Amino acid sequence: MRGLSLISRRHAVLGGFCLCCAPGLSRGADERNFFETTEIARGIHIRRGVDEIASVQNEGAIANIGFIVGQDSVAVLDSGGSLNDGERLRRSIMNLTDLPIRYVLMSHVHPDHIFGAGAFLQDKPAFVAHAQLPHALAQRGEYYRERLEEVLGRGNVGPIVQPTMLVSDRMQIELGGRSLELRAHPVAHTSSDLSVADSQTGTLFPSDLLFVGRAPSLDGSLKGWLRELSKLGSIHAKQQAVPGHGPASVNFASAASKLKQYLETLLRETRQAIANGVDIATAPETVAQSERKNWTLFDEYHGHNVTQAYKELEWE
Amino acid sequence: MGMMRRFFLIAACGLGGIVCTHAASADDEAAARSERWAELQRAIFPGRTISDGAGVIQLEAPPRALDAALVPFTIKLPSDKQIKSVFLVIDNNPGPLAGHFTFGAAADPRTLKVRMRVNTYTDVHAVAEDSAGKLYAVQKFVKASGGCSAPAGSNDEESARNLGRMKLKLVSDFAPGEPVQAQLMIRHPNFNGMQMDQLTRLYAPAHFIRTINITYDDQPVLRIESDIALSTDPVITFGFKPPRQGQLKVEVTDSKEQSFVREFSVPAATASSTL
Repeated sequence: MRGLSLISRRHAVLGGFCLCCAPGLSRGADERNFFETTEIARGIHIRRGVDEIASVQNEGAIANIGFIVGQDSVAVLDSGGSLNDGERLRRSIMNLTDLPIRYVLMSHVHPDHIFGAGAFLQDKPAFVAHAQLPHALAQRGEYYRERLEEVLGRGNVGPIVQPTMLVSDRMQIELGGRSLELRAHPVAHTSSDLSVADSQTGTLFPSDLLFVGRAPSLDGSLKGWLRELSKLGSIHAKQQAVPGHGPASVNFASAASKLKQYLETLLRETRQAIANGVDIATAPETVAQSERKNWTLFDEYHGHNVTQAYKELEWE
Repeated sequence: MGMMRRFFLIAACGLGGIVCTHAASADDEAAARSERWAELQRAIFPGRTISDGAGVIQLEAPPRALDAALVPFTIKLPSDKQIKSVFLVIDNNPGPLAGHFTFGAAADPRTLKVRMRVNTYTDVHAVAEDSAGKLYAVQKFVKASGGCSAPAGSNDEESARNLGRMKLKLVSDFAPGEPVQAQLMIRHPNFNGMQMDQLTRLYAPAHFIRTINITYDDQPVLRIESDIALSTDPVITFGFKPPRQGQLKVEVTDSKEQSFVREFSVPAATASSTL
């Protein structure tokens, strides 16, 4: 591994193009098993992502991903953070069932949730996403691919897969004996959030509309996210949910209350900073610092969130 | 204007492409960065000498971009030297010349704040041009933002819907004859266009601000020439010297040849303009 990466680095330098050198590139993926899935409810298998930023060591396996097995077919939700991540998910499906993979759901535009999709092209499933995802991918897909390539190395990222079935409001898909209710949300965590509810077990898949323990990332609308969170709460409060990041399975209402507290603190204190004339460069140092203790990776995401909140709220 | 266009074209045609800033060692990286700046100096300021700007111009930038779509920069001109204009160069952006800011007779050029897109790890240079045409540069290194952040924002429908709406806020107290700081906000997607996607055939042409011209009672304050580096919904903080109560006028032109003109009464300038 070490020898190979030295050669490729040398080749990259000689070839005059960029092979990036995130710390630790000379080492490959570490020995941790990123592919333990847990059956959190009947026929629902979830791989918990690690609470880290994407790196060579974790191969982008940072989001909760998994699959749902019906009597006739399998749906993947989400596909993972890299081609490798998606391939491992595909192998664990193959080990468990011979049923065809008919659907690969793409919960939103972020790279840790969709770059595994390339591993499933050979199964010719429907790639299902929010109607805004093609637009978001056209704007950002290539940028994400390049940046992830800098971290994971050339060839390890996988292609940008476009959705082939779009949801603009609601849609139902059948897996045999169970159906999945898909809901396309207005701008919230991102502009392309898709949530899924399983009819058989009542399990909700809010994806990144719900973060548990790991710092949330705001990339759409703060006010919109609070609205969608409360909408989901009014329908699914008592149900089991699979957050986009955090434990593989939680009770929706209690997990959502902590996220709501973070988002409301962010809203209140960013408005206050704007009113006090604190500028956008310094607001991240002062806003919602009381939340630091509640979230891992707080320093990696919170400053970005304050910037996002500020630019949304300064027009009020 | 002509210069911005010409330079953007040169850059887009691959003036060395984007230099890799993640070179194999710190030495290589430093060498690549100074090579890049040398190349840019030749392209943007051909045949001109650039002196060290310490004491003439200051650039404040976050060491790490929190959001690739919105990186705040503050440019300060603390000296008594007559500075005519400032260039902001983001070396490794697709269009490195991010903005050219020209101060007019009614300007107070001491503090200027802007928000820019920053695509990757890069040196950023602020170059002051004095009234004799001499150039002075300072630089800051900005690390790229991580995670899900991208130079294209995710919620630009709102800016498109409110295209051309502006707000002006005075951020310091108004007194006739004294310099005052103002914050100008403009709704504009400032959108760099999307690549054609083979499957969906989705495509959107670029739509970005080319110039922002600010005057006070017809006296020039600030003229900005820019392109896609300016953030969505640009916000610019600048100083001017109002001799009396008057009208601050803002004219914006964009790449679709649209123009937006707004006038604000000063000091009663906190309300947003209507379309």
